[in-house]
Amino acid sequence: MRGAGTRPGGLGPGLAGQAGPPRGPRPPGGLLVLARAIRSLWGDGRARLGMLTILAFVLVAALAPVLAPYSPTNASFADSLGPSARHLLGTTGTGQDVLSQVLYGSRISLLVAMCAGTFATLIAVTVGLLAGYLRGVVEEVLGFATNVMLVIPGLPLMIVLATYVPGRGISVIILVIVLTGWAWGARVLRSQTASLRSRDFVLAAQLSGDRTWRIVFHEILPNMTSLVAASFFAAATAGVLAEAGLEFLGLGNPSTVSWGTMLYWAQNTSALLTGQWIQVFAPGLCIGLLAASLALVNFGVDSLSNPRLRER
Amino acid sequence: MSAGRSLEVRDVAKAFRARGSRGVSVQALRGVSLRVEPGEAVGLVGASGSGKTTLALLVLAAQRPSRGSIFFGETRVERLRGRALRAYRRDVQYVFQDPYAALNPLHTVAYALARPLANLRGLPDRDLPQEAAALLERVGLGPAEQFLPKLPHQLSGGQRQRVVIARALASRPKLLVADEPVSMLDVSLRAEILALLKDLQTSEGLSMLYITHDLLSARVATSRLVVLERGLVVEEGPTVHVLQHPQHPYTRRLIDAVPKLTSGGDVDGVSGGQRAAPGGRTEGGEEPGAGGAGA
Amino acid sequence: MALLEARGVDIVYRPPLGPPILAVRDVSLSVDTGEFVGLVGESGCGKSTLGYALTRMLRPPAHQTGGRVMFDGHDVTDLRGEALRRLRRRGLGLVLQSGMNALNPVRQIGKHFGDVMAGDGSSRRGERQDRMRSLLEQVGLDASVLARYPHELSGGMRQRVAIALVLSLEPRLIVFDEPTTALDVLVQAAVMDTIRSLQRATGFSALMISHDLGLVANATDRIVVMYAGRIVEDRAARTVVTEARHPYTRALLGCYGDPRADSVELRGIPGAPPDLSRQAAGCAYAPRCGLAQERCWQEEPALRRVGEAWVSCHRAEEPEAAPTAEAGPAPGAATVRG
Repeated sequence: MRGAGTRPGGLGPGLAGQAGPPRGPRPPGGLLVLARAIRSLWGDGRARLGMLTILAFVLVAALAPVLAPYSPTNASFADSLGPSARHLLGTTGTGQDVLSQVLYGSRISLLVAMCAGTFATLIAVTVGLLAGYLRGVVEEVLGFATNVMLVIPGLPLMIVLATYVPGRGISVIILVIVLTGWAWGARVLRSQTASLRSRDFVLAAQLSGDRTWRIVFHEILPNMTSLVAASFFAAATAGVLAEAGLEFLGLGNPSTVSWGTMLYWAQNTSALLTGQWIQVFAPGLCIGLLAASLALVNFGVDSLSNPRLRER
Repeated sequence: MSAGRSLEVRDVAKAFRARGSRGVSVQALRGVSLRVEPGEAVGLVGASGSGKTTLALLVLAAQRPSRGSIFFGETRVERLRGRALRAYRRDVQYVFQDPYAALNPLHTVAYALARPLANLRGLPDRDLPQEAAALLERVGLGPAEQFLPKLPHQLSGGQRQRVVIARALASRPKLLVADEPVSMLDVSLRAEILALLKDLQTSEGLSMLYITHDLLSARVATSRLVVLERGLVVEEGPTVHVLQHPQHPYTRRLIDAVPKLTSGGDVDGVSGGQRAAPGGRTEGGEEPGAGGAGA
Repeated sequence: MALLEARGVDIVYRPPLGPPILAVRDVSLSVDTGEFVGLVGESGCGKSTLGYALTRMLRPPAHQTGGRVMFDGHDVTDLRGEALRRLRRRGLGLVLQSGMNALNPVRQIGKHFGDVMAGDGSSRRGERQDRMRSLLEQVGLDASVLARYPHELSGGMRQRVAIALVLSLEPRLIVFDEPTTALDVLVQAAVMDTIRSLQRATGFSALMISHDLGLVANATDRIVVMYAGRIVEDRAARTVVTEARHPYTRALLGCYGDPRADSVELRGIPGAPPDLSRQAAGCAYAPRCGLAQERCWQEEPALRRVGEAWVSCHRAEEPEAAPTAEAGPAPGAATVRG
């Protein structure tokens, strides 16, 4: 009947947990929803640790120009220096400062984590909701596509895609990760949608005259917030690892500075043989830490769609 | 206001295909006819598996019959689509059995009531809070300001059921389909909800199709009974008459199943031996599901 | 002597959010050998929590903070681990509302019996088969269900299987927690009859927890009524209808009626049970009670002997509280007639 502008009672769905004043419109506001989600996650010790670690990486990425002693691409130093006061983590086989590379490298990893997580989740939500809510051909086709993506082994597919997709760059890597990473989330969201669909409150919304899109996005989706968040963090974690893997295999653009390309160059210049273990250890540790902190946040997402836990 | 549209169910059958098993179908309804006159409260009574909820969903146009037709006044219910269906939703509303499942846990009372007000009555946003408050007062939830911003889990079972009833009233329906509206509530709350439904029915001239397995609540809520067993009507008549002079053995068993506490004499009579026999094995109505699956 | 005895049991819920809830306060309850006791109350009155405490099944956030539970003369309050398992194997059974859903969907019914019986080690294969048959017969099922999977059985049949599984351990006491609530009316009546006749034939003691006074009063020997975490009345089942003295018990009776009667009047109880996270002075039922006086608001009544029964009401002996007196519904009570 009316479009998205209808916000009856002044309480949009995003605000449902917030017992605001009963009168007077108050738009939900994405920031507020995000703030509440973070507050909700904060309640879980593991999620808190994960969020603090991620925050640290974000600060490092944002402040890289300030924190890094040199430009990451500056190759004017002596090759393969050990740690010293001038180069805290030494230099690479091609004469770049390792610390600066590690600091700048966080940008790429975070970018990939966020983009891969976001786009893979968008696809997963769309496919999952449609396949779970609709009956007939749509359900069959989407379900089939999801299952196909699930049974194809991820890494080989990524390698094939990365090899054949024209161009070499971070956007190609993100594209490849998204294409191979949405199916798990879609599968989980599909079965949850199918189960929520048979709940009485969905029939109630139909009888109240709500249209399909409104039922899907206002009745069903909010009840799956924790699963959506879980699929985001899982995809982001997989994205961080996959990006490092693809770069390490040389399927990315070796001239960008990321933890994955650092490992690629360390391998190419036989860093371990020359005793330059820090070149492998530093980016490796960062990849592991970022992936682990994303996974830690995932422990806290259960509380996101529980109205009782939302309150305070 | 066409005061005087009756609901007429004519020889309706509904089969469900059992999931996973091709060709095997379960006959939920096997040719049911009944009428609800304007302003009348009719009880549709049966044990689980009798098909009573299926019939409710057909009357609500939430599902379509495999055979037969349903009329509401001149409207052919099973053919409704789009705009006409929406108009029908205005006239016929549903009170759910489980007040815990019928409200979205993430939406406030205000939201739940605003949807039908906006969709079915076409009210502008600015009128919604006031109308929602009036609905709450109508079902005895006052002061409304206190309840509008609440989430379902902040309400008791009885309060939730009142919200569900208020939502059903939002579109000013002519016919209310109430599916076991008190069976999930504590016994001490049932009288209040039944009194509310009865009051709505008499004071606003609502017709009601009251679905239940509980003949005591049917007795106080309805004036006519239709007894359904395995998708067929086995007995029909004025409520008091059917209860006092049941003709069909199934009706008698339903009457026996009501716990009677009014006098000491009844207490022993009910738990007496006739059902306690090892015949518990068959229990007539017990195995509709198992029968279908095992077949 | 009492087979099961609880003395002064206090149970507190400590939810992760919000204040602690005093779910059960100072409850003493005994079940004699061979006795069938009904424990009745509205949702949230603490009856199931008490049932869990009696069977030593309480799990956080619920904690027993006071009182003792004795089984067969032994204090079982602090039993843990193996000692607790031995108690369960040798005497204490539990049948839950959800018991019928506790059957493993991929195992045939016979396998379930095998699991339970293997635990006691002794019996040989052929003997076991015979026992399974006779157990199933006792609960009104055919031996053919042994080869069936849970999903092939109806809810009532699965609940009967759950009861038979408990019986296989030859318990001396079975606690039934709403065993028929999820079942259809007709099945419910039949399962209740089975439980009652089993109890008479086998002689085990039983505690039946239910929200439905009508259902329990017809099956049990004694009725214990709980309200807001405390016992308000405890009397022989056959005298409940005629002699109940607590206004709450009588109000509950008013919620029932005979659908065949010439005129039926159903009453409700106005208001709602109190918030158990706050401890108020006076009788917890006073706000909903038609007989409440000054004293009821200030002083919590103790559970005391009134005639043959135990009642916690200041006015239990007064004529206004007599079952024959037409005290009428409490102010604001809904009434429907038909």
